[in-house]
Amino acid sequence: MASLKGKPPLIGWLEERLAFDAIQSFVAHKRVPKHSATMWYYFGGITLFLFGIQVATGILLLLYYRPSAAEAYESVQFIVTRVEFGWLIRSIHSWSGNLMILAAFIHMFSVVFLRSYRRPREITWLSGVGLLGLALGFGFSGYLLPWNTISYFATKVGTDMAAAVPLIGPTLARFLRGGDDVGGATLTRFFGFHVAVLPALTTGLLLVHLFLVQSFGISSPPRVEEQNRASGGPAPEMPFFPNFFLRELMAWYAALAVLGMLAAIFPWELGEKADPFAPAPAGIRPEWYFLAPFYTLKLIPSHVWMFEGELLGLLGFGLLAAWWVTLPFWANDRSGGERTRLLTGTAVVLIAYLATFSALGYWK
Amino acid sequence: MPQTRRGLASWLLGGGVTASIAAFLYPVLRFMAPPLIAEATVNEVSAGKVQEFKVNAAKIVKFGSTPALLVRLGDNEWRSFSGVCTHLNCTVQYQESSRQIWCACHNGFYDLNGKVVSGPPPRPLEEFTVRVRGDEVVLSRRG
Repeated sequence: MASLKGKPPLIGWLEERLAFDAIQSFVAHKRVPKHSATMWYYFGGITLFLFGIQVATGILLLLYYRPSAAEAYESVQFIVTRVEFGWLIRSIHSWSGNLMILAAFIHMFSVVFLRSYRRPREITWLSGVGLLGLALGFGFSGYLLPWNTISYFATKVGTDMAAAVPLIGPTLARFLRGGDDVGGATLTRFFGFHVAVLPALTTGLLLVHLFLVQSFGISSPPRVEEQNRASGGPAPEMPFFPNFFLRELMAWYAALAVLGMLAAIFPWELGEKADPFAPAPAGIRPEWYFLAPFYTLKLIPSHVWMFEGELLGLLGFGLLAAWWVTLPFWANDRSGGERTRLLTGTAVVLIAYLATFSALGYWK
Repeated sequence: MPQTRRGLASWLLGGGVTASIAAFLYPVLRFMAPPLIAEATVNEVSAGKVQEFKVNAAKIVKFGSTPALLVRLGDNEWRSFSGVCTHLNCTVQYQESSRQIWCACHNGFYDLNGKVVSGPPPRPLEEFTVRVRGDEVVLSRRG
């Protein structure tokens, strides 16, 4: 036990019993490629860090939140007005959720532009896209929980979109709502999804994702691989610990600073309590990450030729999602050559579409 | 104090991390402490109409946020006590057969003056004043 020499007895005792040697040797061999785009590697870690904040603040909110139509709004009101730092914890939970989804999007697009989805990382990509889907599910289910007017009507619209899915739509909508319409049963159900079902699925998929990232290591972009081959020397890289780890830690601190600033300067609004018998007020819209499809559906006419506009929109979103999810399988042609134009074009058009339509959805 | 630049850097880093952790933990600990909800002290409540109460029977009524026991002993004879046992906060009940107040949790008995007859209760029950105003029975805190 050479590693125990010269260390405080307690540390030595713990090292021996917690198998620190195995962890140390694993971490000591881990390397991260070093090149001009290394900064994009931090966004996966930032997403994970913000997820950790979501878990911690979510557990804290559970101490006071009551998931029923009669009490949900009042309990959130109690948290933000009566509980010490309640406004801050709730605001951090809301802002962190949004920043987490933003970080996940940045992480996803950086994976595309750095070509990190390539063989043998196809399943890593699929698990990542799955995690983004779950994050959107967290956002959708969590939005309803304060039971305010905007979230109530946004959920009505969202679950109504699900109802338009061919064949399974009505069953799916009923399953989501826990009945024929959005009500107390929906709130209880969404609470269950938000605090039990989605966390369980996310934990499983996250473990798969992280295991695959550890197994295959961090990918270098093709141009960096070519440069390294041309130079003939060893590929520039840095040790994961402590070099990359400390840099990642600084990125987390930066994310935390942005989060703290947003939560403190722009506390998340609670709005008015939902009233199922009141007309929908003007300005109903979903969270920003659902704005692009929301605005697209607004633009599609009620009927296009013989199809319903809503159905056509959903079909379009479905095809687009399928195209994007299967990206690693069409990004290369049969000879192994990269379809660079198609790939970069798809990513750029998608970013432009999401940015433009989200902005239009927000401002118009 | 550190003597070298590396020592100073470690000291600053360690101090910064410790301060950060303290800054994160403080709001969390404060958040977890349930807020004190100031409730208005209730000194008087209406227990109901006289005709709702039978002789040699009792009823638990709400006195602020705690239960009170109201016993009708005769046409014009009433007794009322705090319904909270002085032992471990269970709610007491009136036993018509023994004409005593009984706490079922640990078999504590009080007489109709609120005094402990037997069992583990350490103190007598707080007694309330009962007045009949018109046909309404009103309980009020003494003193």
